[in-house]
Amino acid sequence: MEILLGGILLGGTYALIAMGLQLQYGVARIMNLANGEVLVAGSFSALWLFTGAQINPILAIVLLAPGAYILNYFIYQIFLRPLVKRAKSEGQLEVDSILSTFGISFVFIGLLHAIFGGEYFNYEYLEIPFEIFGQAYGVNRIAAFLGAAILAALLYIWLTHTRSGLKLRAVSVNPSSARLVGINVERTSAMAFALGGAVTAAGGSLISMFDTFDASIGVVFTMKALIIVILGGVKEIKGTIVAAFILGFAETAVATLIDPGLTLAAAFLLFVLVLLFRPQGLFGRQSS
Amino acid sequence: MKTFLNSKKLMLSVAAAAFAAAGAIGTDALAQKTIKFGSSAPKTGPLAGGSAVTHWPNVKLWVHDVNSRGGLKLKSGQRKIEVIEYDDRTNPGEAIKNINRLATQDKVDFILAPYGTGFNLATAPIFNKLGYPQLAVSAITDKIPALTKRYDNIFFMLGSTSTFTGAVVNILKKMREDGKIGNRVAMVNVADAFGIELAAAARPVFKAAGFEIVYDKSYPLGAKDLSPVVKGAKASKPDAFVAWSYPPDTFGLTAQAKINQLNVKAFYTAVATAFPAFKGKFKASAEGILGAGGVNPDTPEMQAYFKRHKEVTGKDADFWASAVTYASYQILEQAIEGVGTLDRKAVTQFIKDNEFKTIIGPVKYDSQNSARFWTVGQWQGGKFYGVSSEGRPGAKPVKDKPNW
Repeated sequence: MEILLGGILLGGTYALIAMGLQLQYGVARIMNLANGEVLVAGSFSALWLFTGAQINPILAIVLLAPGAYILNYFIYQIFLRPLVKRAKSEGQLEVDSILSTFGISFVFIGLLHAIFGGEYFNYEYLEIPFEIFGQAYGVNRIAAFLGAAILAALLYIWLTHTRSGLKLRAVSVNPSSARLVGINVERTSAMAFALGGAVTAAGGSLISMFDTFDASIGVVFTMKALIIVILGGVKEIKGTIVAAFILGFAETAVATLIDPGLTLAAAFLLFVLVLLFRPQGLFGRQSS
Repeated sequence: MKTFLNSKKLMLSVAAAAFAAAGAIGTDALAQKTIKFGSSAPKTGPLAGGSAVTHWPNVKLWVHDVNSRGGLKLKSGQRKIEVIEYDDRTNPGEAIKNINRLATQDKVDFILAPYGTGFNLATAPIFNKLGYPQLAVSAITDKIPALTKRYDNIFFMLGSTSTFTGAVVNILKKMREDGKIGNRVAMVNVADAFGIELAAAARPVFKAAGFEIVYDKSYPLGAKDLSPVVKGAKASKPDAFVAWSYPPDTFGLTAQAKINQLNVKAFYTAVATAFPAFKGKFKASAEGILGAGGVNPDTPEMQAYFKRHKEVTGKDADFWASAVTYASYQILEQAIEGVGTLDRKAVTQFIKDNEFKTIIGPVKYDSQNSARFWTVGQWQGGKFYGVSSEGRPGAKPVKDKPNW
């Protein structure tokens, strides 16, 4: 029970880290290495709103998400669109976008460093114990999990039940065919990228409630997100969410039953096994 | 036409004034050539959060203090100082390159020691090769005797791994003798060079002192969920909790211990317990928590230092290595003034031969190692007091940690 609950809470955190990248990589085909920095920027903004204006990090999402959407939209239009236009193949776009977003990640780090300085930041919000089956869990972690669940549900419903969501999925599956049925691929990609950024920033706001962060910690989140997205199958948001929870369970189980020091090893073992036996990811389809 | 002439005249005079100003700056700079120092430490990467508290503010404060006095007094007259700063991106290779660049391209007169144990060790050979004195502060290692033997220009002042772990064990021993705690110790460590070395050093010492280590686990650096660690430690029913931890996990473990109500009389977390942000986050709950370091914050020198640190840098100093870092710059400054020239060899020798008056008290290196330092501190009434030291007076008695 302890493992189950701990795994669910950690899985929620991982889902927050990875869902945004899935949209950016799976749909817009941008392997965004600045994803973690956007998340940390979300954390910093939440901290700033909380300490400066007493806006709680959950409400802050209402302000943060649209801001991140606009910012990421412009990042896409200015820095990434030219790469998409120029790229002759998906592989080339991948390499170009990795290099470009790697650079953008440094711009983010520099800006955060200049504005907030390099120290560690955290604040105390909802850090009160809540007992479930005799074990205490932080209310802030539970709130972050609920936030993740709501975001995931909204995204999933939107993707599967609306017309614009359908467009997104079409572009994700096959951009050139999507164009043939009258979908504006450029606009849809830009929207997916911006939406991914908004989701990531929202995740950053929720995670900042219980995490200690600093200006250059983003890469830790990027790596985790990358593993989860590839684990789940690049083109399926469902896969990303399930993979996040599997990873959460696996790490909590190993930490509780064997040794907390082996959690990273367990995560990478899982990753290697999936790559060996299901290279397209848990939910990915074999490309024809 | 007249206005045209006027404006032309105006332009001429502006140009002349600008020229004169430029000339003045030129001769001024020539007359008071500054003494150049270099500093390479993390501004980005995993250690940036620590150096932004302990290292960089002190560089700024020191430059401010020296220059507002008019500079360093040399035989040839008083000269102001400047520091060229480089980011090593928490990468030892980059740190070595930076030191090299400071010496060969920027041709600085002295180089301030880097931040972090690994970085001081990694750059020791290059400091030695280039002939610059290296006054290491944030470097805790058992290799001090070997290093000082090999390099005649390196100095240490924050202690070794074994004195560090030994001090923690001694505090627990004392608490056991006083009947406050029993024999059961839960020990965790971050799976990184620092945590592994300290845990390995602590294990035999705990056993020799008759303690039973009832929980002994590590967790990876950057772990997002430390609740299984704390739950496991709590399940082992310990009398004392000891974590050889780094900044992010020091915060994470303490937060989880509070949520899980891990109530022990002795609760120790290592690096960052002495940071102002620790009190900022945990406020009254920080009371009674033990941690690495400590100072005697009540001496007039330290009080003045804390005040100046806040005024000049806008930030609070930590209660451990901040003041020691500043003290190391005072030593360098006094040695340069003592020699009266920028002769690096003579300055190194001067550091070896003399005792220095610093904000942390007198410092005298004995075979390039200062044996007077604080090892354990405790939050008591909103300040982090040293409760255990080697050769520094003013240690406060250890208090029991109240329940969360």
